This record gives sequence, structure tokens and C-alpha cells, in this order.
Amino acid sequence: MNAFDWAFALEILPRLLDAALTTILIAVSGFGIAVVLGLFLALGRRSRHRWLAWPTGALVEFIRSTPLLIQLYVVFYVLPNYGLSLTALQAGILGIALHYACYTAEVYRAGLDAVPRAQWEAVTALNLAPLAAYRDVILPQALRPILPALGNYLISILKDTPVLSAITVVEIMQRAKNIGSETFRYLEPITMVGLFFLILSLGLAWLVRRLENRLETAR
Amino acid sequence: MIELLPLLLQGTWITIKVTLLGSLVAIACALLAALGRISPIAPLRWLAIVYIEVFRGSSLLVQLFWLYFVLPMPPFNIQLSAFAVAVIGLGLNIGAYGAEVLRGAIRAVPRGQAEACHALNLSPMTRFGRIILPQALLAAIPPGTNLLIELLKNTSLVSLITLSDLAFRARQLNQATLMTLEIFGLALLIYFVLAQLINLGMRLLERRLARGRMRGGLS
Amino acid sequence: MTTLSTHTATPADTPQDAPMVAFRGVTKRYGELTVLDHLDLQVAEGEKVAIIGPSGSGKSTLLRVLMTLETIDDGVIEVDGQPLTHMPDANGSLVPASARYQRGVRGMVGMVFQSFNLFPHMTVRQNVTEAPIRVLGLRKAEARQRAEELLAMVGLEDKLEHYPAQLSGGQQQRVAIARALAMRPKVMLFDEVTSALDPELCGEVLNVIRRLGDAHNLTMLMVTHQMGFAREFADRVCFFNEGQIHEQGTPDELFGNPQRERTQAFLSAVNEAH
Repeated sequence: MNAFDWAFALEILPRLLDAALTTILIAVSGFGIAVVLGLFLALGRRSRHRWLAWPTGALVEFIRSTPLLIQLYVVFYVLPNYGLSLTALQAGILGIALHYACYTAEVYRAGLDAVPRAQWEAVTALNLAPLAAYRDVILPQALRPILPALGNYLISILKDTPVLSAITVVEIMQRAKNIGSETFRYLEPITMVGLFFLILSLGLAWLVRRLENRLETAR
Repeated sequence: MIELLPLLLQGTWITIKVTLLGSLVAIACALLAALGRISPIAPLRWLAIVYIEVFRGSSLLVQLFWLYFVLPMPPFNIQLSAFAVAVIGLGLNIGAYGAEVLRGAIRAVPRGQAEACHALNLSPMTRFGRIILPQALLAAIPPGTNLLIELLKNTSLVSLITLSDLAFRARQLNQATLMTLEIFGLALLIYFVLAQLINLGMRLLERRLARGRMRGGLS
Repeated sequence: MTTLSTHTATPADTPQDAPMVAFRGVTKRYGELTVLDHLDLQVAEGEKVAIIGPSGSGKSTLLRVLMTLETIDDGVIEVDGQPLTHMPDANGSLVPASARYQRGVRGMVGMVFQSFNLFPHMTVRQNVTEAPIRVLGLRKAEARQRAEELLAMVGLEDKLEHYPAQLSGGQQQRVAIARALAMRPKVMLFDEVTSALDPELCGEVLNVIRRLGDAHNLTMLMVTHQMGFAREFADRVCFFNEGQIHEQGTPDELFGNPQRERTQAFLSAVNEAH
């Protein structure tokens, strides 16, 4: 038992890939929720009503400066006491989505701030309803810096999914650990999981860069 | 609730130690990798790129598990304590992000500075060590602060490799007392306070290093 | 820098006859664009040469290649009789200079930039003492004394412990002049040193340069848009156009009676603007 055992690696590949599906499911659905939720948080934070803007801002800052792991514990262990019982997978997706919504909210905020003031003034001058103003004028312009930044958070979410193993979600990392404790071989499964994340995040980063270039030239 | 505090504070102390030592490792790694990344010697450059991409691209928890479970096994046979794994793993991980921050900051130093050094006949070593790097380090403080807060938050993951930090104690207390909300609420609060302390400390450091200098002037 | 076989050191280039600065057939290209086109220029020791001309004509490049901030594609530049970008090999023919050789020759040249380029994290005193200590190996006390003298000369002896950002643009530029002088160069290059300054601050910088010209036997090359200053201060004015010296002469000749059409057009355009 010394170097990397390729036969063993091949043998455990199907089990890892099976768990990889869970990892991807978590990342994609968590990202989907974070993208939508973040928009509401950003709009709430920009609201003219201080009773809405201030607590939203405080919540975003608080969640951003505390660990995802503890937030997952709160969702998984605390919420059931208040009648909201979730499966580990549901709790994990909700937790990671909530955490990253606070990051995407900042992305939206920066994007909206980058829209020239004159555009806001034009919207006011045209007397557009706030919803129409956002939908038809402001958002399309803010999208250019926003999209690549969101893409980068998809990568971050993907790399954070192993944290969900702490609340008993069997994603790819947990599966690798299980294989390790069954067979007492850790080198192959954990290295393969590392490669899995490395390949996916490098690939996604390449796509984000391409997107960025396309948006750049589309102007 | 008061009975929870002693154990949580014990955990907090471990969290603080891991954060501080991990930061030192991270800063050293960031500096070395940034230097390698801009080095004229191609192999050094490749080495730095591989380090940066691997540690940014594969997930932190996977890295910690790799150091904790794989390294003690053949062919490596390197047994590290959980504490050492925590410090080294977090340092290497955040250091890879820090290297890119630092590289950006070095490149952002105005070209005129290098030209002035050239005109004064300063050696390349003096130019970098006395003129370029001090300016880059100052510019890297704000993004570096965010990375240190990331590091603090990520220390919670070391609880998953049995180190009894704040997250570990919170989990342990939760199982023993079932005062779920209080325990995790307190833990979140402690992390939040620590993050604010990092913020404050770095802002003081920046102000001290930037004494006499205003931003935005010709330089 | 490949086609150099034709340029060899000739006996005529003995140090006594040699001009302080000589450009011989210097060509510099950026891709398709030729910025210096077989340029020939000789500057005697102590001579003050003003270089004027439209933007993009290669004026600043002339100074930048002399400071070795840019490489040249053809030709030879000499400072005090020593080739700058090339050195003589055993047979007396010129080969591209080593970095070490270049540093030696470069020490004879100092430069002041349009955007000052002071070190923002160092005090005025540190800005001026840094290079003398690190490059010339001066002791701290010596370098300090030299800095104090030079800063007194530019009228900033009371700003020693200030940081650049605490000074006005004109004061910063005067520090930059002191910083360059602290290296005791034989040739000083001034690259549009007043262009980044508010008009009311130009005077103090020009006064310093004027005093410098009176007090020292420094050779000076300046690229400038200040025609009045060029006329009053320079021994010779070169009108630069399309990578070449289109016309040159004493200030009175060039400003008073320009011979060539392009020069006339440029000067009248400048006059109209004022």
C-alpha cells in the first residue's frame, strides 16, 4: 500500500460520481435561491424606508461576517424547535442559499450603484413606476458587472458544499470519508474529490471569463 | 445561559490562536507566491501558479481532510496534530487568495515609481523591497482584511477535524444541553465580534502605515 | 539592437572633443510607428537645450531613451564619450551593453518627470537620501547633509519631514529636482516638468531650474511647452517633428526668424493659443 492505487480509484469512482450529483444539486439550487433572495435583500437595503433598510443591512453584514457552518447548525438544529422541520439536504440548501444571498445582495448593490446617476434621474423624470424602472431601465444596465460576479459566487458555493457534511448531508466529500473509513484508504477518495472540485471550479472560472469578455465586447 | 460561557470561551481561545497563526502562515504564503508569480524565472512562476490554482480551486474542507486523513498514511507518513493541520491548511488556503490580491496590488503601483527608481539607478532589489512592495502592501490592506475575516470564519471547519474550537464547543454543548438557540446565537455573536476586531485592527494598521499620505494625489 | 556593425568607436571620439551627449543615427520604433528616425544630436558640456514640438513628435522619447527607460532599435547614444546602450568589446567594436555597464553610464544622467514620481511612502528627506545611500554608498549623515543643502537650494529646507502628499505640486516637483541632483548627474533631463502643475505653480519650478543653470555647469535637456522659458533660458532650441530635429538654432533665431514652414506653423499656432 504505497502510491496511488488506480484500480481502487476506478472501483470507487461510480460511488463518488453518484454523490457528486448531490453536490451539484446543492450548488445549483442553492445558487438559484441565493440569486433571487439576494435581489430582495439588495432592494431592501436600498429602500428609502429606514425601518426596512437598516435591519436588512445589519442582517447582511452579520451573516457575512459569521461562519456558514454555524448558520447551517442554526437552520438544522434550531428551526425544528420552532416547528420548521427540514431534511438535512433541505436545511443545507437553505443555509447555503441564505449565506450567499448576502453576498449576491452586495453584488447587486455594487451593480446598481454603478448605473450612472443620470439614468435614475431620467427614470424619475419619465415618472416610471418603481417596478418598471428597475425592470426596463436599471437592471439591464447593471447586469454587465453583476453577471460575472454572480458566476464567481457559484464557484464559491460549489466549493463550500462539503461543509454540509457537518449536518449529515452525504455529498461527495462525505461519501469519500465514508469510503475511507470502510476501506482505510483515504488517499484515493479524498484526492479524487479535490480533483473534482479543482476541475469544476477551473472550468467554471473559464466560463466566467468568457462571459466577461463577451459582455465587454457587446458594448 | 451563563453556564455556557466557560466552554464557549475556551473554544474561542482556540479559534483566536488558529486565526492568528493561520494569518501569519497565510501572509508568508501570499508573499512568497506573489513573488514567484511575478518572478522572471519560469519554473518559479509555474510553481506559484500551480499552488495558487490548486488551493483556490479545490475546496478548503477537502484540503483539511487531505492533510488530516491522507498525510499520516503511506506513502507520506506525516502525522500532524489537528491544530497544526488547522494552521497550515487555513494558511495555505487563504495564502493562495492573498497571493492574487498582492499581485494585483503590486501591478497597481504606478509605472512612474519604477521609472523614478530606474532614473535614480536603484538596484532591482531596492526598487522592489523599498519602493514597490511597501506601496503594494498598503494598497492590499482592505482586500486583505476581507481575506482575514474569511480565514476567521473558515476556522470553524477545523471543528470537523476534531479540534475543540468555538464551533466544536457549540456543537458539543448543543448535544449536552439542548439550549440550541442560545448556544448557536452566542457562538455567532462571538464570531461577529472577532470579525469586527479584525476590521478595527486592520483599519488602525492602515491608518498608521498611511500616516502623512492622502489618497488620490499625484504620486 | 542588431544592426550595429557600422558603428565603431573612432579615434575622433576622444573624451576631450566628445560632446557630453551624442545621438548618432538613433532610431526607435513602436511597431509600425517610427518615433525617432535616424536622429543625430550633439549637446556640449554645460549646454542648455530646449526641445519643443507638437505632441507625438518623439520629444519625450528622446529623453526616455537617454535615461534608458526605453531601448533603441538602431544607432548609438553616448554620454560623456561612453556609449550608453553598447560597450566596446575587445576588438573595439560595439556590442550591446551589460546591465552592470549600463548602470555605470546611467549614473551620469538624472531625470525629472512630468508627474513627479516621488515615493509617496517616504518623507521628503528620505526621498532625497534613498538613492545616494543605496546606490552611491553614502553614509546616512553625508546623504542627509547633501539632502539638506539641495532642499535649501530649491527653497524647501523647512519641509524635510513632510510627506509628498502634504506638499503642493510645485513643491513636489522641486523635491523631485533635488532628488535627481543628489545623485550628482552630469546631464539633467526635464520631461515637461511643469505640464502637471497649475499655472501659478509653474514659476517656482522654473525659477529653480533657472538658478540651477546659473550655478552649475550642468548639461540640461528639457522638453517643454513653455516657449517663454525656452526662449529666455536655453542656449539652443530644437524643433522636433516626426522623429527628427526639423530645425534648430539659438532661441532668437528659432523664435525670431524660423526658416521652415512647419516650424512657423507650429510657433504661430502656439502663439495664438496664448
